[in-house]
Amino acid sequence: MAENKELTKKEDLILFLSDTDEREGLLGKKNRKLLSDPLTDNNPITVQVLGICSALAITVQLEPAIVMSLAVMAVMAFSNMIISMLRNLIPSRIRIIVQLVIVAALVILVDQVLRAYAYDVSKQLSVFVGLIITNCIVMGRLEAFALGNGVYKSFLDGIGNAAGYAFILILVAFFRELLGAGKLFGAQIIPDSWYEAGYSNNGLMLLSPMALITVGIIIWVQRSRNRSLIEQN
Amino acid sequence: MDRNSNAYTFIFAVILVAVVASALAFAATQLQPAQAENVKNEKMQNILGTVGIEVSRDSAAVPFDKYIVERIALDSKGQEKTEVNAFEVDLKKELKKDVEEQSFPLYVANVEGAKYYIVPLRGKGLWDAIWGYIALKDDVNTIKGAVFDHKGETPGLGGEITQVWFKKRFDDEKVFDESGNFIGVSVAKGYQGGDNKDDNAVDAISGATITGDGVTDMISERLERYLPYFKNKTNVKVAAN
Repeated sequence: MAENKELTKKEDLILFLSDTDEREGLLGKKNRKLLSDPLTDNNPITVQVLGICSALAITVQLEPAIVMSLAVMAVMAFSNMIISMLRNLIPSRIRIIVQLVIVAALVILVDQVLRAYAYDVSKQLSVFVGLIITNCIVMGRLEAFALGNGVYKSFLDGIGNAAGYAFILILVAFFRELLGAGKLFGAQIIPDSWYEAGYSNNGLMLLSPMALITVGIIIWVQRSRNRSLIEQN
Repeated sequence: MDRNSNAYTFIFAVILVAVVASALAFAATQLQPAQAENVKNEKMQNILGTVGIEVSRDSAAVPFDKYIVERIALDSKGQEKTEVNAFEVDLKKELKKDVEEQSFPLYVANVEGAKYYIVPLRGKGLWDAIWGYIALKDDVNTIKGAVFDHKGETPGLGGEITQVWFKKRFDDEKVFDESGNFIGVSVAKGYQGGDNKDDNAVDAISGATITGDGVTDMISERLERYLPYFKNKTNVKVAAN
């Protein structure tokens, strides 16, 4: 009997779904919230102010922004799952290093796979794939969520936060490419007649500071719509 | 076992690192052939692109053999090095050697009777290496076409040197000035020359000044190394000095 009890305990350690998950169903209300919250009131960029650096760097054009979002999504989903699986085994003193090793390994893997099977995309993203390692959102979610929650929930949390990141990235890239280069996905949108009439592209939009200002405007709009996000002090 | 003990921490770290390292090593060796193939095909595609032959990356090998009639490796004095395979020359390694010891690969293309010299380029951008190929018509002065690529330039800024509209600016530019001195082509900020093809300059990219300067330096530094070879060609107007 005693042996049996120990076994079930051990199984609990690496069980994919915690008790509450099983009762709730795969896309129950709480799980849906994990996906939808980061898109709105708990957005990693505009509310938690994480991952700003890459939001500045790769939002000059839409296409790299989208591919970068997908790469971040893959890395976040898998790193969240792996850390969550190991959460009861990781020694707490070296947990940050363990997280870094896992994230770095996944990023290198994504980079290698892209280079072999999606060569053009990997060239377009160049350095930024490597920089996913330093994206604060990834480490932030590992620390804040994956270390304390089940594997499936962590997976949803990873997808949700990456989607929140993607949403802002794509929005910023949309405005920067449209106003800075008059293009979307590399195709000219602003008609030639506008240029002839004196319209000119705003070159400033292509520089990093304007990404920050665009993010600032998005934060402004978001907080004026949802006043509970405004800090009281 | 106590998860906070030193022994546990140590063992955990060792196992984790061993597992991760072997997984990555396995993935890298499995993916390596596909990656090398991509790089090789892209090199052929780029070389063909400079003489106006657009092919997809996967189907570059056949037209490459058809149009590129000679692949020569030169030494710094312009003499052919017969023992070196020009296509295999890695400029990254060559640039670390002294000029006297470097091999300078040169491709000669024959497209419908017209002869072109294609020179591989390599230099430094803002963040990392930039490289490319430049094709000269058989007066060794007029540029037929150029392609550029980079390792780590900022997408949307310096990374734009790979774009068609940027490389088109080099078409028909001259690398010698009117008195026959070698200049190269400079990527000029605030360029006002319009379509002038004789001023040895093209318009730069906004926000990519340092990458543009890198392109300028790369073209003049690399092309200059081939002057001894071109001087032996009778139809080239190379200055007397």
